[in-house]
Amino acid sequence: MMKTLISRRRLLKNGAAALAASTMPFGAAHAADKITIGAIYVGTRDDFGWNQSHAAAMDILRQVPGVSVVEEENVAETDAVAKSMESMINFDGANLILATSFGYYNPFVLDIATQYPGVQLRHCAPLWNPDTDPQNAGSYFSYLNQAHYVNGVAAGLSSISGKLGFVAAKPVQTVLSNCNSFLLGARSVNPNATVQVIFTGSWSMPVREAEATNALIDAGCDVISCHVDSPKVVIETAEARGVKTCGHNADQRDLAPNGFITGAESNWSTTYKIYADALMKGETVPNLIAGGYHNDMVMNTPFGAGATPDARAAATAAIKGLKGGKPIYVGPLKDNTGKIVIEGEVDNYAPELETMNYLLEGIIGSTT
Amino acid sequence: MSDAVFMVMMAMFGGAIRVSTPFLLVALGETLTEKTGRINLGLEGNLVLGAMVAYATSYSTGSPWLGVLAAAGTGTVLSAGHGWICKLPKVNDIAVGIAFMTLGTGLAFFFGKPFIQPTAPRLDAIELGNWSSNPQVQQALKINPLFFVGLALAVVLWWMLKNTRWGLIIRMTGDNAAAARAMGISVDRVRLVATAAGGSLAGIAGAFLSLYYPGSWNESLSSGQGLMAVALVIFARWSPIRCVWAALLFGASGALGPALQSIGISKGYYFFNAAPYILTLIIMVLSARSQKAAHEVPGELSIVK
Repeated sequence: MMKTLISRRRLLKNGAAALAASTMPFGAAHAADKITIGAIYVGTRDDFGWNQSHAAAMDILRQVPGVSVVEEENVAETDAVAKSMESMINFDGANLILATSFGYYNPFVLDIATQYPGVQLRHCAPLWNPDTDPQNAGSYFSYLNQAHYVNGVAAGLSSISGKLGFVAAKPVQTVLSNCNSFLLGARSVNPNATVQVIFTGSWSMPVREAEATNALIDAGCDVISCHVDSPKVVIETAEARGVKTCGHNADQRDLAPNGFITGAESNWSTTYKIYADALMKGETVPNLIAGGYHNDMVMNTPFGAGATPDARAAATAAIKGLKGGKPIYVGPLKDNTGKIVIEGEVDNYAPELETMNYLLEGIIGSTT
Repeated sequence: MSDAVFMVMMAMFGGAIRVSTPFLLVALGETLTEKTGRINLGLEGNLVLGAMVAYATSYSTGSPWLGVLAAAGTGTVLSAGHGWICKLPKVNDIAVGIAFMTLGTGLAFFFGKPFIQPTAPRLDAIELGNWSSNPQVQQALKINPLFFVGLALAVVLWWMLKNTRWGLIIRMTGDNAAAARAMGISVDRVRLVATAAGGSLAGIAGAFLSLYYPGSWNESLSSGQGLMAVALVIFARWSPIRCVWAALLFGASGALGPALQSIGISKGYYFFNAAPYILTLIIMVLSARSQKAAHEVPGELSIVK
């Protein structure tokens, strides 16, 4: 059944492509006054988390004259995403597709890029390999840990006990890096601050996230931050218990009117505007865009009621420092088993940080 | 160290009560349904749809209890649909149940879109821990009234099944439909009513998830509570009282993973997070082998026939 569906699609595609080639100025070489950009999300677009951060950027893109936006939500990291991409290309005439979930890349984005050389595909994770992967594919990603560092600075000065809590999904590099940066931010203003981390083992499991939040608060943490797909449950649970919070991925200020300090957000609209601009002008769409504070790819949520005046001043200064390239990881730093993991000063974009598999000293928790 | 042990015990106690309520309500509903000889696997759909309807109602009217009522109503209607279709000849109740699970979840996702962002008024808890100065004890003893509703229902259901005419009719329908027909009982009607009533409980369980703990509506809200509860019924061997213990055990072991990490035992959390399922497997293996277990299965269930 699956097979016949796909082959029928392919058949349709070939007809459509022939038709399109004769009528429309497809391909990257021509300037266009009308372009279509498709975005595919793994969950719902207003999840207060990862998907919302992309959807918010797409909403900004929608305002740009000449750009039309198509979106699809709840697309699983399976054959489903290949079908979504094909229908965006064949039925909506998408010139660029943004695949926003990690598991979309291999083999789905790669396959579609090979089959449709006239369409640009960009995937949100550092996976594109310039030597082996199609030239009409590419990657974009942000160093969100820089914004988590700012979270840490603000949290360190807004906490009374100096004990911060972090609800984490899985012990992968991005999560560990956010958690470590959160600690270093807090330690930059309070050398005795600690971060206690609880791993839920799953990107989205609301009941366990609520349990983890409660357990951290019971252990004495008075600021809670997190890295899970949708932080809504964590933020609301902490707020209900009268504990301060730092956000992740999207703007969660409204969920915690009393305790919200600030939050780490990616500013995807920067990247998406670069893409749209290149397509409109008929220029090459960059294959790789990565960055943090220095090129406006991350930001912090405006301060909430939980941020003390000291915290606001220090966090604002920290943002200024990051924009100027001030490093977060300054050695010697030990991991929480006592091994030295960072010797000297490490640039915020250094490749050695990409292999991070440890939690720093000062973090209570374990990666296994 | 004794402090740490106390923390884990309190977390598990609190977790048992907070996490178990949806399991308990769904399991009671399913027990009632299965006692009449029918399996309704669609309760996961009722739970998710109930969660969405409760949240939407609470948000629109400002009254969370009205939300609970609406969820119960939705659950009743959905399960009545299951009961009605299963009345038709040659229909497999398990297949229909799976269809209703997908239907309920699909409807909830479709109509639930506008309610993911807003924050609805939530159910209040009864604070029973004010006698203690320990904030952890106070937190663990903040108990939602629906938990007590579940406990009361378990006792009432147990008593009703054992001592009343209705109970007898339900048991007879479940054990031997032919005998029930000979007595002039409409087997289909009994099953329809029991399925609908069971469905309303699953709807209320959903309301507990979206309006109390964790207390928000989104599409990944249920992590299979509705399905696990169906397994709990087998585990509890169709006894409402044992459903209470099963649900509490399941809730407590679910709180184990985060609680152990909070006191610094953080190695092997994947294993601890899997604890509820491992425990269920072990107890099932141990209990299902007994002769007694075989007698407690309603004879008309399609899985044992």
